[in-house]
Amino acid sequence: MKKQKKIAYSLILLAVTFVLLFFLEGNKSEYGMAYTVIQKGIILAVVAVSMNLVTGFTGLFSLGQAGFMAIGAYITALFLIPVDNIEGVFYIEPISPTILSMKKAIEAGPAWLQPLIPYIALILGGLAAALCAGLIGIPVLRLKSDYLAIATLGFSEIMRAVISSPQMNRITNGSYGLKKIQGFDSIIQTFCIAAFCIALMILLIRSSYGRAFKAIREDEIAAEAMGINLFRHKELSFIVGSFFSAVSGGMLAMFMRSIDSKTFSISLTYDILLIVVIGGIGSVTGSVIAALLVTMSKEWWLRFFDQPLSIGGVEIPLFRTGFRMVIFSILLMIVVLFYQRGLMGKNEFSWVGLSKACKKLKNKLVKTSKKGGNAHAE
Amino acid sequence: MSISTFLQHALTGVSLGGAYALIAIGYTMVYGILRLINFAHGDIFMMAGYFMIFAMAALPWQIAIPIVCIVTIILGVLIEKVAYKPLRTAPRMSIMISAIGASYLIQNLATYLFTALPRAYPEIPFLKRIFNFGSVSASLVTFITPILTILLSVGLIQLINHSKMGMAMRAVSKDFETAQLMGIKINRVISFTFVIGSFLAAIGSILYFTDRMSVTPFSGTLPGLKCFVAAVLGGIGSIPGAVVGGFAIGICETLLVACGYSTFSDAFTFILLIIVLLFRPTGLFGEKNIDKV
Amino acid sequence: MKKRILALVLSMVMIMGLLSGCGSKKTSGSDSKVIKIGVFEPQTGENGGGGYQEVLGIRYANECYPTVDINGETYKIELVEVDNKSDKTEAVSAAQSLISDKVKVVLGSYGSGVSIAAGEFFEEAKIPAIGCSCTNPQVTKGNDYYFRVCFLDPFQGTVMANYAFQEGAKTAAVITQLGDDYSSGLGSYFVEAFSKLAGEGAVVSQEQFQTNQTDFKAILTNVKDANPEVIFAPSSIATAPLIIKQARELGITCPIMAGDTWENSTIIENAGEYAEGIALSTFFDDADPANAEAEKFVKGFKEYLKKNNQSEIIPAVSALGYDSYLVAVEAIKKANSVDPEKICEAIKSVKIDGVTGAISFDENGDANKDMAFIKTVRNGEFVFLKTVTVSE
Repeated sequence: MKKQKKIAYSLILLAVTFVLLFFLEGNKSEYGMAYTVIQKGIILAVVAVSMNLVTGFTGLFSLGQAGFMAIGAYITALFLIPVDNIEGVFYIEPISPTILSMKKAIEAGPAWLQPLIPYIALILGGLAAALCAGLIGIPVLRLKSDYLAIATLGFSEIMRAVISSPQMNRITNGSYGLKKIQGFDSIIQTFCIAAFCIALMILLIRSSYGRAFKAIREDEIAAEAMGINLFRHKELSFIVGSFFSAVSGGMLAMFMRSIDSKTFSISLTYDILLIVVIGGIGSVTGSVIAALLVTMSKEWWLRFFDQPLSIGGVEIPLFRTGFRMVIFSILLMIVVLFYQRGLMGKNEFSWVGLSKACKKLKNKLVKTSKKGGNAHAE
Repeated sequence: MSISTFLQHALTGVSLGGAYALIAIGYTMVYGILRLINFAHGDIFMMAGYFMIFAMAALPWQIAIPIVCIVTIILGVLIEKVAYKPLRTAPRMSIMISAIGASYLIQNLATYLFTALPRAYPEIPFLKRIFNFGSVSASLVTFITPILTILLSVGLIQLINHSKMGMAMRAVSKDFETAQLMGIKINRVISFTFVIGSFLAAIGSILYFTDRMSVTPFSGTLPGLKCFVAAVLGGIGSIPGAVVGGFAIGICETLLVACGYSTFSDAFTFILLIIVLLFRPTGLFGEKNIDKV
Repeated sequence: MKKRILALVLSMVMIMGLLSGCGSKKTSGSDSKVIKIGVFEPQTGENGGGGYQEVLGIRYANECYPTVDINGETYKIELVEVDNKSDKTEAVSAAQSLISDKVKVVLGSYGSGVSIAAGEFFEEAKIPAIGCSCTNPQVTKGNDYYFRVCFLDPFQGTVMANYAFQEGAKTAAVITQLGDDYSSGLGSYFVEAFSKLAGEGAVVSQEQFQTNQTDFKAILTNVKDANPEVIFAPSSIATAPLIIKQARELGITCPIMAGDTWENSTIIENAGEYAEGIALSTFFDDADPANAEAEKFVKGFKEYLKKNNQSEIIPAVSALGYDSYLVAVEAIKKANSVDPEKICEAIKSVKIDGVTGAISFDENGDANKDMAFIKTVRNGEFVFLKTVTVSE
């Protein structure tokens, strides 16, 4: 396929996406569910890609995403709660005066600053998480796979305990959580931030650093022999991954409008892991597609699994609350056991790949006209 | 803190530690042989709780307890066959994800089948008899737990040191492939490990839940993680280590809560883990493991 | 081959899903004159049990009053139920699914935390919501679209503090759940009120536990050490039996009190004889119906509970669920429109005689209630003790 053709296709895809997003924005009330679910999917895509960067590309099995997201979410939230609402939010103990005066100073700042505050907040949240990651990375990244996983999991639990402790009441509102957080202006804003973040990560993966990451993933000893500084690269990947996890956490706070420490429990990390595994460990586009697919089906399309269902007057006993999650966990097991590649394996989406897949599908359809339902998994 | 309060706390801690130790043995044995954190172990423990509820609904406890042990063992071995065996040659990360997936599945399945509402754990009358020593008061199970734990672990150590199967297990944990070449049937050894691990989890579950009285689909998660930390603390692969680690974590946790830091009781376990991994990665009793290329 | 079969199975599931999706749409789309009311309740998770009881009350109300007349036309009322899983994250998408389903009024939820989280979205979508048993002040404060039919935590905390003091307790211990707006809110209001009555330092021990914690022995040992004359432990249905049983096992004999959540038969089932003598405040007493509506409800709802294989004790939250439905119907009638904003305006001036007493709303959107019922457990049943009124 020619290069111009590819670019043209990509531009068309981008344009279609934007038209779709503008359409959604314009008809928010009409398509409320799609709006919310797509927005959440976009946000989860960022954290899924960041987890993929650490786990899939560098081979560090880190389960600390929820902890970093919590850091980002709380910092973003603190910036974005309007000063007028502070008192209502911190109703158990008043907010610490330093933060309050700082917030007042920001609010009194020049007018051009105000629209930038969400971005500043997201970046600051990310930086804080990156700092944390840098610090705990020094000891933790020396550990081997399972130990690293459990240590990072432990870190995220520690983070959650610190945030919800009564001693932090004046900063994080302890276990009561923060609310009345200013949300996104539009879904387009969400999309642009997410796209920017993911683009940055793709750039990193394509750089010489990214190649070093992959070398570490494939064989640490060989990579070291090639002159790659293991620790520095692992640390870099871990820090960058945490930065974007935190940005995504901040976005989640803006999306949910109210957060508390329970939001960032182990199960959130598992949900992200599910996305990464289904999308394919080591594929950015896979993570993005899986984030959208999984979120949409989990929150929207497959909701009916939880409702009692009757086909032709016969009540099917399987369908009741909780069935949806069973389906998802079985799906995860199936992917792990049989389709270890996930949707995309280690491949990235490309127009060539798509056209090949289309041809393959066509051939298959001709052969067996019935079995086309799940062809996208091939 | 008065003496009697302290004693009461100590008693609670030791009893909790005993239950932890039994679960930690399961982790340490599986890790010793498969080099895998069996994330589903905590959920096996939780399911044993549900099995007990259903068994006791129809049967007296003398019959219910063996049945629960057998069903739990079947579940443990089944998980090994379905989720771990097909991936024996796969990269480590896939096996870990499979373990997490198995745990996720059991939890969701339990939520679906038994609802998320806590179920009352049946009472075994003689275990619940309350004893008073001055102002310290506790039920019989609180006293039995640590004693039973020590008895079972001593028995297990004897089994491993003096039986043929035990020898095979030691060989497999030393070197998987060489053991295979020497004619040891790996799959049988692994299944046997899961049998022992699940059996101890079932006993631990009976003791733990009798003391705490209710089961939810998520009541296995945190104890599971803590017991893994206990196993690491004691030195992974070492049974006495797991027992000591279990008791240490149980007692520390109780004391922390007693001092009013209940928020940090979970966090503490993980801080302990990170510290141990940094300064003595082999734990208290672990053997030095040389990394082979 | 394996993969093929798997693909086939998966695609079958998908197709079945699509089919059933269409199927369910058809049944709902057949009648054009339908007005939808959203039921926003937890049916799984920590508060799943209480949420389900509230749903039962609402379903029963829907059975009793299935239609409403607007502009001379009869509209069928359809309930749209979503499960918020007692989880604030889930609550957002659950709320969104109600909004996109175009419900005109929302009822619920059990548990204040999820209501607070979802409140912002209902406000933004300009859909009025009527809380049944979310007692935390933050639910309606600063939210023009959230109303509630129950009393508030400050009131409830004061009531229980008064009651404890009247029963002769001079010292109290408070046990609350971290991260739960209901539990810690109610706990702190109790502390405030009790300190005022019995003097500073009368609350001798304040302990906190974490969600999903099952081992309360350590904190209870501390409580025992402080030797209070009463323990106030507002908590979810899940934790209540554990606290009660473990306290008695440690030899704590003083009375244990809590808020409205404890009025639930599962607590008696789980805690058995240990539950004897616990005291709690609640919204409703089925032994002493306040008005004709209540009498009708008590009679009919007992039948309904039997039909649904529930125990025959009427939970107060079911009564509140019923009441919130009545308020919604009355407001729709009054607004004489299906426009959510007009309904919202109408709710502000609604005055009905509900099952739990007369209901009207103040400027915050809270029901004007100044009476709580104190109940205790005797011989394995909830028994009405007395009513307590507090003038604020």
